[in-house]
Amino acid sequence: MRDTCLLPPVLRMTDIRKTYGATCALDSVTFELRPGDVHALLGENGAGKSTLVKVLSGAVKPDSGTMLIENAAYAPSCPLDGRRRGISMIYQELNLAPHLTVEENVMLGREVHSAGFLDRREMKKRVREALEFVHHPEISPDIPVRKLSVGAKQVVEIARALMHEAKILVMDEPTSSLSQEDSLRLFDIVRRLKTQGVSVIYISHFLEEVQKVADTFTVLRDGKNVGSGTMESASLEEIIQLMVGQKFTEMFPRIAHSKGDVILSVKDFKGRNMASGVSLDLHGGEILGIAGLVGSGRTEMLRTVFGLDPLESGRIEVSGAPPRRHTPWSRIALGMGLLSEDRGGEGLALSMTIADNVTLSDFSPYRRRGLLSVNAQRKAVRGWIGKMKIKARGPNEKVINLSGGNQQKVALARLMHQGADILLLDEPTRGVDVVSKAQIYEWIGELAARGKAVLFVSSYLPELLGVCDRIAVFHRGNLVDARGATDWDAQSLMTAATVGRSAGPPEN
Amino acid sequence: MNGKGKRQFQTALNIFGPFVGLILVIALFSFMPEVQDRFLRVANLKSVATQSVIVALGALGMTLVIIGGGIDLSAASNIALSSVIAAYAINAGAPPLLGLVLGVLTGGLVGLVNGTLITRLKLVPFIVTMGMMGIARGAGKWIAGNQKIDAPLTWVNELMAKSPRPSWLLMAPGIWIMIAFAIVMAVVLRSTVFGRHIFAIGSNESAARLCGIRTVRTKVLVYTICGLFCGLSGVMEFSRLTVGDPTVAVGLELDIIAAVVIGGGSLNGGEGSILGTMIGVFIMSFLRNGCTMMGWPNYIQEIIIGVIIIVAVSLDQVRHRRAA
Repeated sequence: MRDTCLLPPVLRMTDIRKTYGATCALDSVTFELRPGDVHALLGENGAGKSTLVKVLSGAVKPDSGTMLIENAAYAPSCPLDGRRRGISMIYQELNLAPHLTVEENVMLGREVHSAGFLDRREMKKRVREALEFVHHPEISPDIPVRKLSVGAKQVVEIARALMHEAKILVMDEPTSSLSQEDSLRLFDIVRRLKTQGVSVIYISHFLEEVQKVADTFTVLRDGKNVGSGTMESASLEEIIQLMVGQKFTEMFPRIAHSKGDVILSVKDFKGRNMASGVSLDLHGGEILGIAGLVGSGRTEMLRTVFGLDPLESGRIEVSGAPPRRHTPWSRIALGMGLLSEDRGGEGLALSMTIADNVTLSDFSPYRRRGLLSVNAQRKAVRGWIGKMKIKARGPNEKVINLSGGNQQKVALARLMHQGADILLLDEPTRGVDVVSKAQIYEWIGELAARGKAVLFVSSYLPELLGVCDRIAVFHRGNLVDARGATDWDAQSLMTAATVGRSAGPPEN
Repeated sequence: MNGKGKRQFQTALNIFGPFVGLILVIALFSFMPEVQDRFLRVANLKSVATQSVIVALGALGMTLVIIGGGIDLSAASNIALSSVIAAYAINAGAPPLLGLVLGVLTGGLVGLVNGTLITRLKLVPFIVTMGMMGIARGAGKWIAGNQKIDAPLTWVNELMAKSPRPSWLLMAPGIWIMIAFAIVMAVVLRSTVFGRHIFAIGSNESAARLCGIRTVRTKVLVYTICGLFCGLSGVMEFSRLTVGDPTVAVGLELDIIAAVVIGGGSLNGGEGSILGTMIGVFIMSFLRNGCTMMGWPNYIQEIIIGVIIIVAVSLDQVRHRRAA
C-alpha cells in the first residue's frame, strides 16, 4: 500500500451514466483518483474510456452522476470549465497551434502583459523554466511548433498544462506515435509530475508500458467499471482477462500458408529520408514484417514502393517487370494496396460513409451506364461489414462515427475489396482494441494463405514476431538485417532497431 | 547546395523574401528605356503611394481577418457604402469631421454584423461576407438614390490631394494616415495579447478555445476592425472622387485579398504580416503604374498581376517547405 492511498481523492466520479440513443456508453461508472497517482484507464476500444474522460473534461455532459474535485462539486458545461478546475487533456491529435512558436503555445491564454502589451522576456523565462522542469531544455521557445517532432510537441503540451496549473492530466494514448526513446523520456516526465502532486489518468493500449508507468488501474468493459486495483497486485494476464471478459486464448492465430514466387522486388531502392538503398524480395504467400523506430525509414520505404513518395534511386519490379509509372493509381492497377498509418489524415475519408470508403479505390463493379449504382454498392458493402465484423448500423454510417478498431477494419476492407495482391500495411493495429487486433492478424494470415504478399510495418514487436514469416529491421534510414521471424526475438529486434546492429540469432 | 549555404540562403530568403518581388518590379520598370527617366521620379512615387491608400487601408483590416482564418468579401462594397454615407452626411450639411466619422462607423457596423453572424450563427465567413457584399452594395445604391451624391468640397477632399495644403506634409495626408495605421496594426499584431490571439485562432481555433481564449469576442472584434478600415478606405475614396459613388470599387475586395496573399498571408489562417501586406499592395500599385506609363493595355496588367499572385504564393510555399 502506498501512503497516498490515505489521502482523500483529488477526483471522485460517482455513478456516471451516459447513453447515446440505445447504446449505453457509461453505465454507473465510479472512478477515483488520488493525488500524485498515475492511474491507468484500460479497456478495449469502445469500452467507454474516451467517454469517461470527455465527461471529466467537460466535453460531454453525463445523463446522471456526480463529480467532486478536491471535495468540491464539479459540473462542467464546457472544456474551459474543466481547464479552470485544473484538468488538462493531452490528446492523441495534438491541440497546438502549428504556426505559433513554442513560447506562444505554452503561454496561450496565459499571456503576461501590461495594458495588453506582451511581456516577451518574462514569458520566455517562464517557458524555459517549464521546459527545464520536464527535462527538455533543448526545445527552443522561439521555434514554430509545426517544425517540432511529435514527441517534442507532446512535451510542449505538457508544459502548457503545467502553465495552466493542471492538477489532473489526462493522457490519451500518449506514446502511440512516439519512438521508444521519446516514450522513455515521457515516462520520466510523468514521474516528475507525480512529485509535484499532479495526478495522471493514463490511457494506453500498450500494457507493458502501462505496467512501467502506472501505480493503479481501472478497467472498463462495455461501459462498466469491471475492476480497479494497484498495478503490483495484478498480472498482465489478469488485466487482459478483465478487458476482454472472456478466456483470452490465441492472440496470434496462425494460418498455414506457403511461399510462392517473388512478386515484389526492390534493388538499391532509396526514397526520401532513407539513408541508403534497400534490396528486398517479397514472395506471394509471405508476410514480411518491417520493424524500426518511428522515423527509421520504414514508412518512407512503404510509401515509396506505393509511388506516394518520389523514388530517388534504385529499381523496383512488380511481378518481374519494372512498373512504367511511379504513381499510386498505377500501383493500384498492378495489384498493390496501402494501408496508411495516418487513418484520419489520409487513410480514410472520415466524413464519408462506410460504403464509399470501402469501394473508393474500385468503383468499377458498381458502374451502370456511367452512373454509380448505389444499391449494388451498398449490397456489396453490407457483405464486407459482416465479413469483417465491423460494428456499425449499416453501409451508410459515416466512418467518423466508428471506433478506431472499426475504422481500421473499414480501411482493411478497402484493400481486400480492391483485390490487392500486394498489401502494404503501415501500423494496421495502431489504436485498435485487443479483439480487433486478433481479427486483423487472422485476416493477414488468411490473405497469405490465398497467396497474397503482405508487408507489415509495426512498432509493436510481439505482433511482428507472432504474425510474420520474415522480419526486416530499419535503423536511421538503413536496412539493418532481414531474416526469418524465428531467428529473431524481442531482444534482438529491439537491439537492431535502436542500435542499428544485428546480433547473431538467439541462442535458444 | 550544401548545408551551410542552404541555411544562409534560407535566412536571406526569410528576411528579404517579401522585398524581392517589390524590388524586381521596381527594377523592371527602372530599366525600361521608355519610362526609366520618369518612373522613379518623386512625383510618380507620390502618385503610386496615393493610388495605394485605398487598397492598403482595406488590406490592413483584411490581414487581421485572414490571419484569423477568415475572409471578408464585403470589403469593397463596404468601401462604396461608407463613401456614400460620408458624402450623404456632408451633403446634408453635417460638418466634414462628422461625415468622416460617420463613414468610418458605417464600415465598422458592417464589420460588426459580419462578425456577429459568423460567430453567433456559426456560418462560414465566405458565405456571410458574400451575402454582405450584396447587401452593402445594395444599401449604398439605395441611400444614394441609385446615383452619385455630390457633396460640397471640404478639407476632407484634400486628404488625397497630390499636393497637400500645408506643404510641409510633402505627401497627401491619406498617405500619412496609411503609414500611421500600418505601424499601429503591425504593433497590435506583434506585441499585444489581442494580436497573438488572432494568430492562435487562425492556426488552431479549438486549441485556442481550450486555452481560454474568448474566440467569439476576438473574431467579432477582428471583423469590426476590418470594417472600420474599410470605412476609412471609403472616406478616402470619397475624398479622391469628391462624390459618393455606390458603384465604385467593384471587385476591389479581390485586390485587397491579393495584396494580403502576395504578402505571405495564408487563406488557411495563422500566417501573414502587415509588412508583407503593404509590400503586396505596393507590388500591385507599381505594376499598375508601370504598365500604364508603358502604355500597355489593361489586359496585360491583369495577366501580370494574376501571374504575380500565383508565383508569390508558390514561392512562399517553397520557402515554407525548406524551412520545415
